[in-house]
Amino acid sequence: MMQIAVLSGFVLAAFAPLLYRWLGQRTAAIMALYPLAIVVWLLAQWSTVVTGGEPVWLEMAWVPGMDITLTFLIDGLALLFGLLIAGIGVLVLVYAGEYLRGHPDLPRFLAIITAFMMSMLGLVLADNLVTLFVFWELTSITSYLLIGFNHTDISARKAALQGLFVTVAGGLALMAGVVMLGVAGESWSLAELTTRGDQLRSHALYTPMLICLLLGAFTKSAQFPFHFWLPNAMAAPTPVSAYLHSATMVKAGIYLMARLQPSLGGTDLWVVTLSLVGGVTMFTGAFLAVRHTNVKKLLAYSTIMALGTLTMLLGIGTEGALIAFVTFLLAHSLYKGALFMVAGILDHETGTKDVTAMGGLRALMPITAGVALVAALSLAGVPPLLGFIGKELMLDSVMNASHYKALLLLLAFMAAILTIAVAAIVALRPFFGEQRQTPRAAHEAPLAMLFGPAVLAGASLLLGLVPGSLDRLVGVTVAGIGAAGADVHLALWHGINLPLLLSLAALALGWVTYRRWDRVRARLAYLDPLMARGPEAAYDAVMLGVAGGAEWQTRLLQNGYMRNYVLVMVATLIALLGNSLLLRHSPEIAFQLDVHFHEAVVVSLMAMAALFATITRSRLGAVASVGIMGFSIALTFILFSAPDLGITQLLVETLTVILLVLVLFRLPRFASLSTPLERIRDLLVAGSMGVLITLLVLTSWGIDQFIPISGYMVDNSVPLAHGRNIVNVILVDYRALDTLGEIFVLALAAIGVVAMLKLRAAKPTDETKGRSDG
Amino acid sequence: MVKSGTLILHTAARILMPLQLLFAVFLLLRGHDEPGGGFIAGLVAAGGFTLYLFAYGISATREVLRMVDPRDLIGVGLLLGMISVFPAWFFDQPFLTAQWWTIPGIDFTASTPLIFDIGVFLAVLGSVLAMVMTLMEVDKDEP
Amino acid sequence: MEPLMAVVIGLIYAAAIFMMLRRSIVKLVIGLMLLSNAANLLIFTSAGMTRGAPPLIPETLVEPLGTVADPLPQAVVLTAIVIAFGVLAFAVVLIRRAYEIVKADDLDKMKETDT
Repeated sequence: MMQIAVLSGFVLAAFAPLLYRWLGQRTAAIMALYPLAIVVWLLAQWSTVVTGGEPVWLEMAWVPGMDITLTFLIDGLALLFGLLIAGIGVLVLVYAGEYLRGHPDLPRFLAIITAFMMSMLGLVLADNLVTLFVFWELTSITSYLLIGFNHTDISARKAALQGLFVTVAGGLALMAGVVMLGVAGESWSLAELTTRGDQLRSHALYTPMLICLLLGAFTKSAQFPFHFWLPNAMAAPTPVSAYLHSATMVKAGIYLMARLQPSLGGTDLWVVTLSLVGGVTMFTGAFLAVRHTNVKKLLAYSTIMALGTLTMLLGIGTEGALIAFVTFLLAHSLYKGALFMVAGILDHETGTKDVTAMGGLRALMPITAGVALVAALSLAGVPPLLGFIGKELMLDSVMNASHYKALLLLLAFMAAILTIAVAAIVALRPFFGEQRQTPRAAHEAPLAMLFGPAVLAGASLLLGLVPGSLDRLVGVTVAGIGAAGADVHLALWHGINLPLLLSLAALALGWVTYRRWDRVRARLAYLDPLMARGPEAAYDAVMLGVAGGAEWQTRLLQNGYMRNYVLVMVATLIALLGNSLLLRHSPEIAFQLDVHFHEAVVVSLMAMAALFATITRSRLGAVASVGIMGFSIALTFILFSAPDLGITQLLVETLTVILLVLVLFRLPRFASLSTPLERIRDLLVAGSMGVLITLLVLTSWGIDQFIPISGYMVDNSVPLAHGRNIVNVILVDYRALDTLGEIFVLALAAIGVVAMLKLRAAKPTDETKGRSDG
Repeated sequence: MVKSGTLILHTAARILMPLQLLFAVFLLLRGHDEPGGGFIAGLVAAGGFTLYLFAYGISATREVLRMVDPRDLIGVGLLLGMISVFPAWFFDQPFLTAQWWTIPGIDFTASTPLIFDIGVFLAVLGSVLAMVMTLMEVDKDEP
Repeated sequence: MEPLMAVVIGLIYAAAIFMMLRRSIVKLVIGLMLLSNAANLLIFTSAGMTRGAPPLIPETLVEPLGTVADPLPQAVVLTAIVIAFGVLAFAVVLIRRAYEIVKADDLDKMKETDT
């Protein structure tokens, strides 16, 4: 079962440090066998899912009471994503083992990246919305740990936190959206929701639900204006960038939108939002890319471009657009993974990430140069690579868009030009031209590092040459996201048509941009002040505001004065309680005073004890009066049918006296420290709380909000629980989990007492003594 | 440690403590049917030991407890509480579902609620004793 | 009976909060004890008070004879009493340790974090 495989993957992750101790440097390669096995298993489902067109269901219960399952649904889309995640995962593990060879934190890296891999697999395979959300958040957390891998570097930590805040904030919105989706669709199963599109689209919650879900997807997939965290996330080691921030995690949002396309897609709101946000992201990504000389930043921005393209295609939503979506998705994962790994090789071998500092490396690292060239050609969309097919399909579907066709086409065309320039910068600049001195003497990368990019680039080429081999997979995937029965024929040559001409024009203009890149960059530098006011500045302002607000409220509420805390809490309680008690319900007081004389005596004893405890000036008097109160409470319990309570109260009261004798009389005598004004204020606060509580008891007594569950407990105490003392049966059987928690609390209190008394810090120094004397 | 003028206390403590412990066990075992149970039994037993503690002091009480540290009692109590969580799992029922086993020969039914209640008893006894004994030890150290 | 109890519970709450607002640490402890007593009584009373019908089932019977007092709040209060004791012990020892170090019984003098 796949669920077991995914869950054991987390266990494997936990054992990575131990494995590393036994296996040493080979650990990464050996651990790569695990995702490899998953790839093999997924391929074994190919005949059912792709050839047969039938999804595979793997049912498994999780929280049956809340309709949460661990059921996995493997349809075309899940299979495609699963293969990409596990497949690239194998390559990344092998690559990372070499890239981080000898790094002291390699075991930690392997642990987290394996955990991430499993979270991502769970995310794309899950059929249940809640399960999907759980895995979604797990990817955010593991991604945070991976971005901040170099945790001694402050910029890495900041970038990690930024990525976490943005994606987790989106995750919160997603959670709200998921709940609305489940409520509106009356099901938590994604497959079930797919068949309820009409019900969902006409539901009153449709708009808020869509906004929340899209916020989650947009933040995760770095759509404008949330794109800024992705380039910063490049602080992560390059294998992480290759894996999380190009091929897998950032596509989670895209995956979610594709999944929801049949349930929520097709409305004007969906089409306009997705195509506009996608289009703008696509252009922004490409435009910002050419400003940078850092090879990883270049690639990160071009990833934003690709993510925007995918969102836009989902927004357009025609059959052609969905086919383009799947093809582009696959092509992008292949070439971008390869290019990132090449970037890692360059960084690793030359010691710099700046492409302008490199040149003529072709002679020193011919294989890397070849791989980079192939992958970049796919990025640029040059035939006969898979990227070309994807781009042709994309341009074609933009021309058939129903909304904002001209704008989208313009954005797509400009993005294509800039992307070609980026491809050229990444693949040509470091490898051609005159040789330059780099910080490290460059030479060809080791085999383990070449393996991954070579496989991915090879696949880009191979699939481009025989695109027909993808027809079925693309067809099945498209069928799952809203275009059932599509007739898919991927081909390199569609005759001379407008997309081809646009491609050629973009190629020419892109080449020109590349040749004049240095000048273009200088021009773009004028825009820097404007860039400083982008969405990232807004993020910074919000974070500063949060910190400022926290500081302000800490000064106000947590100023170290104990009674201030109590006062604030009680005042809040009075406000909330008073609001709902007096303003929302008018208290209905049913007087039914039926008191026996001895009961009145016991109760007035209680009241007098309470009063005496507050006014007495001696500690002993106060303790004694509290004791009297405790005993009269015990009597009350016994008089009113609670023998167990009575006994417990009596015993505790005895032990309390012992406790106070042991401790309280080592404490100072009562002192009068407050001013009369303070006393009056406190008296008012305490008095109003008392009055409210009295009203609360009087009101609550007459109200039955729900049918009491104690009837069930009384009826079944003997037949089911074999006990005649119902209170004890509740404690040890019906609500044993509560009791378990309570004995843990008691144990913690005891351990706390022992620790405070036995484990002593250094004796008070003279300084503190002096202070207290003064 | 024996202080003068506390003859009655000494005698009472010596006689009462075993009786109280016996009574605690009685309360514990009948707790499912009559007033009693782990909480009450634990408090009664703790009361018995505390009485002894006041009469004879800390080291004598430690001797009575032999090798058992009250903190171990907390641990064993919590452990018993946790153990009774799992049996239901093996019968494919939700956690903590009560299981009953009739022991043949004697008229006694073992059950997870009983194990749980014993766990509560030990945890309460251990917690109270740990607090009181630590406090008294500290008092002895710092007169 | 309940109206009378309601008044008394309100009174104990007021007394507890008044004591917790004092600056003297020992008064805080007294306030804490009053508060936990009041809260237990509140839960106990809200369920309604029944005379002479404890939630016990006579031997050989399957159900109690007639209506009995609601057992659920009793179970809740029972654990609450024991936990209140644990928390009280913790609080008292915490205060004792704080007093040993700061040597001040005025809570307002305990606001420095570095003593």
